[in-house]
Amino acid sequence: MVRIEGLETTFGTGEAAYTVHKNLSLEVQSGEMLALVGGSGTGKTVLLRQMLGLLEPTAGRVQVLGRPASEMGGENAASRVGMLFQHGALFSAFNVLDNVAFALREQGTLPDDLVRDAALVKLQMVGLKPEHAKRMPSDLSGGMIKRVSLARALIMDPPLLLLDEPTAGLDPNGADEFCALVRELQAALGTTMVMVTHDLDTLFALATRVAVLADQKVIVTGPPAEVAHFPHPFVEHFFLGERGRRAMAPVQAGKET
Amino acid sequence: MRLLGRWGAADIGSRQRWPELRDSLAAAPVQAELGWNLSGVQRLDHVGAQLLWNHWGRRWPERVALDDTQRSMLERVASLSTDAVSPERWSFAEQADRLGIRLFDGLDHLRGFVVLLGQLFLDLLRVLRAPLRAPWRDVSGHLYRMGATALPITALVGFLIGVVLAYLMSLQLRQFGAEAFIVNILGVSLIRELGPMLAAILVAGRSGSAITAQIGVMRVTEELDAMSVMGIRQGFRLVMPRTIALAIAMPLLSVWTTLAALAGGMLAADAAMDVSPAYFIQALPAAVSIGNLVLALTKSVVFGGLIALVGCHWGLRVEPNTQSLGAGTTASVVSAITVVILVDAVFAIAFKSVGF
Repeated sequence: MVRIEGLETTFGTGEAAYTVHKNLSLEVQSGEMLALVGGSGTGKTVLLRQMLGLLEPTAGRVQVLGRPASEMGGENAASRVGMLFQHGALFSAFNVLDNVAFALREQGTLPDDLVRDAALVKLQMVGLKPEHAKRMPSDLSGGMIKRVSLARALIMDPPLLLLDEPTAGLDPNGADEFCALVRELQAALGTTMVMVTHDLDTLFALATRVAVLADQKVIVTGPPAEVAHFPHPFVEHFFLGERGRRAMAPVQAGKET
Repeated sequence: MRLLGRWGAADIGSRQRWPELRDSLAAAPVQAELGWNLSGVQRLDHVGAQLLWNHWGRRWPERVALDDTQRSMLERVASLSTDAVSPERWSFAEQADRLGIRLFDGLDHLRGFVVLLGQLFLDLLRVLRAPLRAPWRDVSGHLYRMGATALPITALVGFLIGVVLAYLMSLQLRQFGAEAFIVNILGVSLIRELGPMLAAILVAGRSGSAITAQIGVMRVTEELDAMSVMGIRQGFRLVMPRTIALAIAMPLLSVWTTLAALAGGMLAADAAMDVSPAYFIQALPAAVSIGNLVLALTKSVVFGGLIALVGCHWGLRVEPNTQSLGAGTTASVVSAITVVILVDAVFAIAFKSVGF
């Protein structure tokens, strides 16, 4: 699905230059849910943006769906990849339905009623009601914004979905519901997902594989329970700190029984 | 009926394939004799499924062959397809309601502006009581941004208007042999009317919009709420410094614009009618009485204050979305210019005996 080789990313030039990624390699298999974790400033979001072709790497190759990431944009990009932005990034000038239907409508061919029906179906798939269709983004709660944004990302059923902090800013209950929704959609659609998250609960709830970014590269990938025992200061702090142990408790309890 | 190929949103929606597909689909009867066979479909997504489902009249055809994935997708589409949300009908009562809402909206704006003005008055009193505690640093920053940086553009526009006016007048005046009166015409019109107006309109477009955008973005990013939480008064820290700064900068800019326009007019008069600059400068004080200058300066102070207040008014009313920010900025510039011209007319009528 995604193949990153020898990636190098440097911001700034000369004195002010700092390198975020160096010789980073990562592969995302079809159908998996990969979580990218790492301390702040290790370039997780940068990596997502490079997969989308929003940022050019300084060196190295990023291939998405067998093509260079720089070709991701352009016509029908929405049918190749969807992105759930951290704050939703809904178009505030459009109502919910128009936001969801935007990519489909921009094609300019499909009849209006079909576009509307398809958008309404997606809206209900993410757990919203048809009554919400006429609302403006400014009238939505945080959880609903995420849901609408998810519906918008999925409107053309892209095989790859990128999620930037999918549960950030949601209350625990909302976060759990959102995780359940994402898992349900993944099971139904078989979408490959790559997500950036700081939230261990989300990570254990969703990820089938974890990639840890540290020291400018991916230091380890594997199932969450295995990665947690990788000997590296960041991993130990992240997974085995107090928060980590709390989040992992149910995972280990499940294993013992 | 056998379906082949890819039925994804991007595939069926492509410009080359859609017309063909639409026509062949329209020709296909829903209850085809031998049913529908989807086994040749390589990829079916929700949009493709929706297209089929709608074509089938939202009912399963009697005979249909599909695999499990396709079936579950079609079943999901089938269960979630709803009737469209009906669009609002045109009705007289609705339109009357809208008119009423607009009227109340307008009244609300008026009320808001009066409140803003009253708050400004109270804040100014507070400054008078404790002058050292006023946000002078803000005032000085705004003075620079809205006043000093506007000098080049106002000078250029003023100069060119002066040139244009002098050339136009020279054609008329020469017919009567009254070239010397160019000094009176330019003097009175530029000093009393055009200089302050030009400066005010330029500043309204330049700083009025900037004020609205600044305050509007603060609303969008919740900075205004943050200020309120800290107990800092928006009127005192946002509205008053801008109003004071523009009320000071505006008369200065107006004088500057007038000077540039007079310089332009003087040069053009020299070129077009041989009215020498020396004569121009010598005749000017006699042609324009001091009353005109005082009137122009007073007007400019009012213009400056009003432009800042209108900008703040619209900025504080921006709602947290991009569309409202754009609409607010536009409305701010339009209403600032309108207010300037209106007030100018009021001044012209009220002080018609001053300066002649």
